[in-house]
Parts: sequence; structure tokens; C-alpha cells
Amino acid sequence: MESLVYVALFAPFVGSMFAGLFFGNAPRNAITGWVASTLLFVSFLASVALAVHVVHHGSVHVTMMDWISAGDLSIPFGFLVDEVSVTMMVVVTLVSTVVHIYSTGYMDHDKSYNRFFSYLSAFVFSMLILVMSDNFAGLFIGWEGVGVCSWLLVGFWYHKADRPFEENPSISPSWAANEAFIMNRVADLGMLVGIFLIYWNIGSLQYDVVFAAMPNLADGILVAIAIALFIGAMGKSAQFPLHTWLTDAMEGPTPVSALIHAATMVTAGVFLVIRANPLFSLEAVSGVSLFIAALGTFVAFYAASMALIARDIKRIVALSTLSQLGYMFAAAGLGAYWIALFHLAAHAFFKALLFLGAGNVMHAMDDELDIFKMGGLKKAMMGSYIYMGIASVALAGLPIFAGFYSKDAIIETAFNEGTYIIWGILVITAGMTAFYSFRQVFFSFHGEKRYEALGFHPHDMYKYVLVAMAPLAILAISFGWFMDDFKAFITKNLPAYEMSHHTHHWAWLLGLIVVIIAVAGIVIAYKKYAGKGANAWKRDEEFEASFIYKLLENQYYVPKFYDEFLVKPYTIASEKFWAIDKAVVDGSVDLIAKAFYKSGDVSRGMQNGNLSSYLNWMGAGALLLVVAAALATAIG
Amino acid sequence: MEIGIGHYLILAGLLFSIGFVGVLRRKNLLMLFFATEVMLNAVNVAFTAIGNYYGDLSGQMFAFFVIAVAASEVAVGLGLLIVLYKKYGSLDLETISSMKG
Repeated sequence: MESLVYVALFAPFVGSMFAGLFFGNAPRNAITGWVASTLLFVSFLASVALAVHVVHHGSVHVTMMDWISAGDLSIPFGFLVDEVSVTMMVVVTLVSTVVHIYSTGYMDHDKSYNRFFSYLSAFVFSMLILVMSDNFAGLFIGWEGVGVCSWLLVGFWYHKADRPFEENPSISPSWAANEAFIMNRVADLGMLVGIFLIYWNIGSLQYDVVFAAMPNLADGILVAIAIALFIGAMGKSAQFPLHTWLTDAMEGPTPVSALIHAATMVTAGVFLVIRANPLFSLEAVSGVSLFIAALGTFVAFYAASMALIARDIKRIVALSTLSQLGYMFAAAGLGAYWIALFHLAAHAFFKALLFLGAGNVMHAMDDELDIFKMGGLKKAMMGSYIYMGIASVALAGLPIFAGFYSKDAIIETAFNEGTYIIWGILVITAGMTAFYSFRQVFFSFHGEKRYEALGFHPHDMYKYVLVAMAPLAILAISFGWFMDDFKAFITKNLPAYEMSHHTHHWAWLLGLIVVIIAVAGIVIAYKKYAGKGANAWKRDEEFEASFIYKLLENQYYVPKFYDEFLVKPYTIASEKFWAIDKAVVDGSVDLIAKAFYKSGDVSRGMQNGNLSSYLNWMGAGALLLVVAAALATAIG
Repeated sequence: MEIGIGHYLILAGLLFSIGFVGVLRRKNLLMLFFATEVMLNAVNVAFTAIGNYYGDLSGQMFAFFVIAVAASEVAVGLGLLIVLYKKYGSLDLETISSMKG
């Protein structure tokens, strides 16, 4: 089993290194894409084999080597494959494999094809380290690794020029990459503090040791650790107020958005909370957990509200990702860790599918993102239409589809915990989710063919790419059917969260409410946006001028606020400090150099080649010495 | 009036000062040599006077050494001066300086 763990972990690494061989000025080479995809598929098979092993024989724990060992500090390079991590591994490698194959088609014409695969596989490797590590240090390494890969991939088209904020809120790929990276650095500081606190108080970073020792710690320390770790999770999972980077990260290539900014990396924060569930379910940190649930609920609603009016197809999907991450945190905060993980997996499948579908639309529309310019693409892109439809139904949470089971379970949990406010908001958000996801589908695939006037000639993706997306579509439909099996499997490791009899009794009604609201959302979207001819959608200038529309369009002015109150003062302060640095630090160093230069310049005049003047100088020097000696003697 | 050590030393000091000023002020290389010769002999006077004052022969011995060294120095120095004169046609320090700092 040990070798399987290493195969699963290092296959993407080998793929990345292989693609890296064709770096630099090497021409586009189709082999890199296929080798990277094949190796990921191998990794996926190994993960599945490990999953089967874990089902039958329990978890696998391997220690590859000693990593850091200094004094009392001993951190081995170890990997833990248990129910939680193997679930993540299968999800990550499956989505990655599909995305890799998709990318061979999507990035076909890009001149940096080889570089792309090198980064993408490196990302998967980092993500696997993150989920498989058996200690917090390894987790942190993976955590930073995915951050770097995300930076590289968001800024993949770094050569694109900056555009003003009013025209494009994410300005440029390199700007967006830096924003994502810097904002994550802020959160990572919190995470690092949490890890230090753990080591300081417990003396180890191994999960099993740490979680065994936690109940004995003082309440204050536990709360501090929980808050610090959650700050880290907030950054990676883009929770308010560190959320602005996620929508801007859509500047990256669409496969990257699908893999990193929807299916895997952004769920790392949720994974951390699930992984640290022994900490977050302690009585002492119940306040923090409730805060997590409340924040998650807030973000779910907040992001969904912005998605209602967004025009950029990728932004809509990104905002829905934010919203769904909020759902996951709500579940995790309420103690239903396995439900959070279940939604994480289901979400990964249908959201990746949705993103890849959006990528197809973009590809067909020559990278046009504005859904106002699309419409009636159904005929031209039947395959993508079906996939987007399936993914949107799953996202909206209609029965039979995966999203229904997982999201409904979260909403039920909120009811079960007696947190009716959270429940109410989540139900409303479910309706909004259905509305905006179908708004986007109807806008792009139904209604008048607005693109014709603009001179686009859409065509669907390569056939093999559409076939490669099929596993995601199948899972987006069917993943929910395995809820009970999944629960039986995962609760060997996570706390088994059960609904009370009371909730169980009303479960059908709760489910019905959610479905009715979701269907209502879809119907409204259909009425408004899918019509043709006389019923066709027209721009509502009056609404677009209203305060609410402006508020939502400007993302509640949060990016503006950051720009005005954080970025600009910081820039001004930096410029001031730079001036001080130049005057004081540079100045003093320059002064020393200048003093030597000047003194040399002046004393050079002595060397005039005139023996007489040399003798004069010598005489003056000798006199000076005599006087000095005499003075020294006189003073004594 | 008894002539004592004081007189000798004043004479030596005066001679040395004359030589020193000569070294500083003269522009002709040959004159510079003369001036250093004056300075050396001023020191010789001081040596012998002090040697005599203490009844110690080392002072006079030193004076002999200085005379011998000065003689050989003059021999070498004059040789160089002749070469310099042949090269520049003058022994004026202003004209034979070639370094411009």
C-alpha cells in the first residue's frame, strides 16, 4: 500500500517535471499535455485503489523520511491516508484528470502550452501534499505550494496590459495574481500563528498527537488556535472580508478557474476545518464554530446577491463558488463535518463541469465573457448546453441531482441545530442560486441570437474534450445517490452527525420548501431571459441606474473600499518611507563614499611631481610630529 | 666666557635650521644637496659635542659614520644629478617635474 501512496502523490510531480523539460523557448509540444494527463490518471487510479483499501482495511500511515529534526522539534515527512484524505484525493485527482484532458483542447493554440501543464501538474502535487500530510507543517507546505501555483496560473497571461478598474474590475492577470497572492499571505500569517501556538503548547505538529492533547489545554489557547487557523482558512477559501481575490482570479485560463478556483484549492479552507474537527467540536471553541457557520451563511447570501446581476460569465460562476463555500462552512461550523465534506465533493464535480462548460462558451465566443452579448447558443453548442444544464440543475439543487442531497442536508442541519436565521438565509440563498445559475444558462443558450449582430461564429469544443467531461456530468447527477454509503464510510473518521427525530419528521417539508423556492427561481429566470421575439429580454435602463444595481455591480464597494482605504494609504506611506530610506539610509552610505572620494580628490593635488613641494609637505609633517610629540610629553 | 655644551647645541640647531630652510626653499637640486649636507653636519656637531660632554666616544663614532654615509650619498647623488642634467639641461625642480596630480 505504501508504494500506492507514493504513486498517487508523485505521479503529478513527475508530470510537472516532464512538462518543465519543455520550458523556455521550446515550441508547443502535444506530448507534455498527454504525459501530464496520463500521469494524473495514474494518480487517480492509485487514489481509487487506496480508497478501496481504506474501506476494507482502514487508514494507511506512512513516514517517508525525517524532514525537520532539531532539538525537541521533530517533523517527519509523513502521509496519512484515511477516510477524509482519501476522499479529497479521489476528488482532486479525478477533477484534475478531466481538467488536464480538457486543457489539451482548450490551450491548444496557446504558445505557452508546455508551461501551462507544468504549472497545472505542480498544483495537483501541492494539493495532494496538503490533503495527505499527517502534520500541520506538511499541510502548510502544501498550502503555500497551491498558493504559488495559483499565482503562477492566475497570472498565466501576464503579458496582458492593465485596464482601468471601471472597465475591468480585475485590471489584468498579473494584477489579479498579485492580489490573490498578497491577500492569501495576510491570511497565512494567521494560519502560521495557529501552527506556532499548537507547537508551543503541545510540542508536536502530528495530527494524532495534537488532537489527543487538545482537550487538556486552557480554553483561551484553544480559542486562539481555532481563530488563527480559521483566519488561514478564510483566506484560502475566500470568505468575507478576504473574498475579493477569488472573482478577480478569473483572469486566469478557464481550466485553472475550474480546477483551482472552484473544485480544489478554494476548498482547502473547508478541508482544514474538517481536518481539525476535534478542535472545532470542543465545547470551549463553540463560539468560534458558531461564528464560522454565521460567516459562511453570510457569504453564501452575499455572494449570491452579487451573482444575480453579474454580466461576466466567469464571475457568475466564481460568485456561485463563493456562495457554495459559504454553505460548506455553515455545515462545518454547525458540526456536520461529513455533510460539509459531502457538499465539497459534490460541488467539486458540478462546479468543475459548470466552469468547463463556461470555458467552452468563451472558446466559442472568442473569449467574450459578457452574457449580454450571447444568447441562442443552444443550436451551435448542444454538448456544452447539456453539460451546463446538468451542472446548473445540480447547483440549483433539484431532486435526483447531486446538489439536492448535499445542499438539502446542510439546510436541514441548520434547522436541526435550531439556528433558524441561518436556515432562513440558506433557503433564500438556494432560491437565488437557482435563479442566477439559470439566468446565466438562459442568457447564453436561449433567447435571441444576439451574437450574430456582433459577428461571432460559435463552434463547439473538440469531441474528445466533451467526452472527457462526461465523468463529471455523471457524478454531478449521481453523486447524491451514494449519500448513505458515503456517510457510513466517512463517519468512521468524522463525527456522525444525526438529525433529531423532530427534524427527521419534517425533513420532507424542508426539502419541499427548498425545491419550490429553487424551481420558482428557475421559472423567474426563464420568464425573464429565455424569451424570443416579442418576449425577448431587453435591457432595463431604469433598473440598471438604481442604487441596488449599482451596489451589487460594484460588489458592495468592497474593492473600492480596499483600494481607497488600504491600497492608496499604503502606497502613500510606502512612497514616504521610500523617500526617508533614500534620504537617511542611502544618504549615510553615500556620504561615506563621497567623503572618501572628496578627500582623494583634494589630496590628489599634492602629487604634483614637484620635489620641492613634496619636501615642503614632508617638512610640515615632520614638524607636526615633533610638535605632537612635544605636546604629548608636556601633557605627560 | 667658557664655551659649554649649550653653545654647541645652539650652533647645531642654527645650522640645522638653515639647512632645513634651504631644503624647503631652494629650487635647484644641487643646492638641495648642499642644504642636506649642512643639516647632516649640524647633527655631527651635536653628536660630537654631546659625546664630549658625557665623556662617551659613541657620539664621535656616530659622527664618523654619518660622514662616511654622507660621502657615499653625495657620490651616488651627484652621479644622478649629472644624468638628470644631461636629460633635462637644467637642475631646476620646476622644470624637471613630470607628474601632474
